[in-house]
Amino acid sequence: MPKPKVAFYWCASCGGCEEAVVDLAEDILKVVEAVEFVLWPVAMDFKIKDIESINDGEIAVSFINGAIRTSEQEHIAKLLRRKSQLIVAFGSCAHLGGTPGLANFTDRKKIFDWVYLKAPSVINPEGTIPLQKTTTIHGELTLPEFYNSVFTVDQFIETDYYLPGCAPPPDLIIKAIEAILYRNLPEKGTVLAPDKALCDSCNRRDSKPEKSVIKEIKRVHEVLIDPEKCFLDQGIICLGPATRDGCGQRCINANMPCRGCFGPTSRVQDQGAKFLSALASIIDINNEEEIKKIIDSIADPAGIFYYYALPASMLRRRI
Amino acid sequence: MCTGRIEPEFIIKAFKSGADGVLILGCHPGDCHYKEGNYKALRRFHLLRKVLIQFGIEEERLKLDWVSASEADKFVNVVNEMVETVKKLGPLKKESFVA
Repeated sequence: MPKPKVAFYWCASCGGCEEAVVDLAEDILKVVEAVEFVLWPVAMDFKIKDIESINDGEIAVSFINGAIRTSEQEHIAKLLRRKSQLIVAFGSCAHLGGTPGLANFTDRKKIFDWVYLKAPSVINPEGTIPLQKTTTIHGELTLPEFYNSVFTVDQFIETDYYLPGCAPPPDLIIKAIEAILYRNLPEKGTVLAPDKALCDSCNRRDSKPEKSVIKEIKRVHEVLIDPEKCFLDQGIICLGPATRDGCGQRCINANMPCRGCFGPTSRVQDQGAKFLSALASIIDINNEEEIKKIIDSIADPAGIFYYYALPASMLRRRI
Repeated sequence: MCTGRIEPEFIIKAFKSGADGVLILGCHPGDCHYKEGNYKALRRFHLLRKVLIQFGIEEERLKLDWVSASEADKFVNVVNEMVETVKKLGPLKKESFVA
């Protein structure tokens, strides 16, 4: 029997998801034995035309990591959708937009202005910015379109499953691959991770405040963090209450608060708004002037609350 | 509904669904049947307002005030003021949310 064909593609991503696959360690050999890779740009030399020549639906599963920011990424995501039985959005960026999605608080023009014209390290006296088409003596050169916004994969193509995380942890990756190989899959559209909040399994859970406790909000570099005590109880913003469990608490164990890379649970539409609600509830101040003061002490609240999930949020971007 | 039950998600959904302004009216501080529902609302309101500014939504489009069931005159005044404010601001440019 031929081995199931698998594609692994990256869009607007950092390469950490590719690293996560390598982090499977010896288990990766089992995967390589069980499947045939037809596309994996970071590790193997395949061309897009190789994918184009495959029959529609012939790829068993395509794992797409990274958000969608350019027309090329959209094109390949759509191509892979046509050629694949299953699409798995792999990692926070594909699932929710991820940290590249924070660019939705700005826009293409501002990004180009900064990157190509205004950044202190730029020397560009002619003010050249990338064009989609340029005519040179050697002919016409083209570049993909850089969209005004960052998108999740499922905003362009039907997505069967989601593997959350920045990057997804090896145990969830292996579980997902086994579920696909043995056709033991949950309902379409499922996020392949536990459907409860991170606080539920947090080992600092017993010190989690039940009622209003915060009188002051501090940033991680401003205090010595007690490694035993709930971050929120220490006045440090931790997105645990609004974030899905399953990461293995890699950040918490390193004494860093959660930033929400697993996204919300299935009952929540907007992770940032949900966390905002939770945080405001446990601030122990009722005087309006003092409330304003503590809220003003939060640097960049939208940036923290929507750290990983701005493109997947209800508003998706800044007006 | 108790103002303490108003999720920021509801307000964002209202803006996304076409509202040009959202007015939350709650019981006066000290009058809460659940003791502190309106204080929670007050904290959420101020935090959400700050976040909405980062989304490009003018803070005046979201207002919180205290009006009890017996304050008909105040209710009318607060609503009229809000309508004036929103009229001055004009419609929210909702088309810019997508893409």
